[in-house]
Amino acid sequence: MSVKATARITAVPDGRGATALPVLESEGPLALRRTRSPEPGYARVTVVGAMSAPLGGDRLAIEARAEDGALLAVDSAAATVALPGAGPDAGRASYALRLGAGEGAELRWLPEQLISACGSALDQTTRVELATTARLVLREEQILGRHGEDTGSLTTRLTVHRAGRPLLDQQLAYGPGAPGGWDGAAVLGGNRAVGQLLLVDPVLETASLVSRVLGPTAVLTPLAGPGVLVTALAADARLLRCLLDEVLEELLHGLRAARGA
Amino acid sequence: MTTRAALLVLADGRFPAGGHAHSGGAEPAVKAGRIRNAQDLADFCLGRLHTTGLTSAALAAAAAHGLDPLALDQAADVRTPSPALRAVGRKLGRQLMRAARSTWPSPELAALAAARPRGAHQPVVLGLTARAAGLEPEDAAHCVAYEAVSGPATAVVRLLSLDPFEATAVLARLAPALDRVAEEAAAAARDGIDALPAASAPLLDITAEAHAAWPVRLFAS
Repeated sequence: MSVKATARITAVPDGRGATALPVLESEGPLALRRTRSPEPGYARVTVVGAMSAPLGGDRLAIEARAEDGALLAVDSAAATVALPGAGPDAGRASYALRLGAGEGAELRWLPEQLISACGSALDQTTRVELATTARLVLREEQILGRHGEDTGSLTTRLTVHRAGRPLLDQQLAYGPGAPGGWDGAAVLGGNRAVGQLLLVDPVLETASLVSRVLGPTAVLTPLAGPGVLVTALAADARLLRCLLDEVLEELLHGLRAARGA
Repeated sequence: MTTRAALLVLADGRFPAGGHAHSGGAEPAVKAGRIRNAQDLADFCLGRLHTTGLTSAALAAAAAHGLDPLALDQAADVRTPSPALRAVGRKLGRQLMRAARSTWPSPELAALAAARPRGAHQPVVLGLTARAAGLEPEDAAHCVAYEAVSGPATAVVRLLSLDPFEATAVLARLAPALDRVAEEAAAAARDGIDALPAASAPLLDITAEAHAAWPVRLFAS
C-alpha cells in the first residue's frame, strides 16, 4: 500500500524580529517539528522521518515558503532512504520539494542525505521560486547505495527561478534504468556520493566571482545569475559532507561580510 | 526543400567552426586516468551523449523548430553552471555563426548575431543554422549529438595514441544511442522550452574549471 502525503511550512515575520510559522502541517511519513534555531531571527523546522520512506509507489511532497522578510531554516533528523516498494508492481516513488522565498526572505534548506538503496526507484524534483531580493542556501546530497550495496534507480531535477526567470536547471540520473554512461568518466567516474550546494543572494549580483577548484572532484562555480553552485563527488557520504560543510561555512561567512560592508 | 547533403556539410568535421580544438572534457579525463582505453572512451562518450549531449541536442532542435533563440540562449546558460563551459559554448557559437552566415545567410542568424555579439551558445546557433539550411529539428539534434561524442573520440586518438580504427568503432557502436538521443531531443523541442531536458554531468562540470586553468594543454576544453 503506497502513501501519498504532503507536508507544508509557511514562515512569516512575527513583527518582533523573529519568524513565526502559521502553517506547519505534517502528513503521513513526513513529520515536521519546530526546533530551536541556533541563529536569532530564524524559525527552524526539522523533518522527522516518522517511518521509512519513500517506498516504491509513494508520492511525497514538501512545500516550504519563507514569506517576505521571513528567515526559515529546514533540516532533517536523519537521512532519507529510498527503499523498494512492496512487490514488483509498486512502481517508482516520487519526492517533490516545492520551495519559495519572498522579498528580503531567506530559506536555508539543509536536509540530511538522500540514500538510494539497492532495488529502490525514486524521482526527486526540487523546484525553487525566489523573489529578486530573496536569499537561498540549499544542499542536496545523493548517496548511491547503502554501505557496500549497489545503487537503486534515482533521478533528480533541481530547477531554480529568480524573479520569474530561470537561474539553474540540472537533471541527474543514476542506477538501473538510467541512460548508459552514468558511472563512466564523464559523469561519476565510480564515485558514490554526489552533492550540490547552491547559494543565491542579491549581493552576488555585483560581486566579481571566479570559479574555484576545491579538489580533484569538487568545484565552486558562479552561475550566470547571482548565485554560486558547488558541485562535488566523493567516494562516500562522510567525505562529501566534510567537503560541503567546509565550503558552506566559508561562503556564509563571506556573504555576511559582504552584507555588513 | 530539405536536403540530406546540407546535413553532411554542416556535420563535417572540416566545416570551419573551430570544434576540432576541443576535447569535450576528454583531456582532463585522460590526465586523471579515467580514460585509459577504448572501453573507457566508450563509457565516457555514452555518458556525455546522455547528459550534455541530450541537453545540447534539444536546444539545437528547439532553435531549428523556431523557438525564441534568446530564450534558448538563456536556457543554455542555466543548464551550464561552469563558467568555463559557458565561455566555450559562446566562443564556439561565435565561430559557427561566422561560418554559417557565409554558408547559409538568413535574417534569423543575422538577428541573433546582432543580439549576442560575443556569441550565443553553440547549439542555439547550430539549430538556427540548420533551419537556414532547410534542415529539420531532428537533423540539428543529430548533428549536435554526434559532435558530443566525435570531439572526445578524435581527441583521445591524439591524447592516448589510441588506434583511430578503435575510436571510430566506438563511434559506430554508439549510432543506435545517437539516433535515440536525437529523436528524444526533437520530441522535447516540439513540447516547448519548458520541456527541454537539463541532463548534466558532474565530472564534466568539475574538470572543465581545472582544465581551463592548466598552463599547458593540447585542447581548449
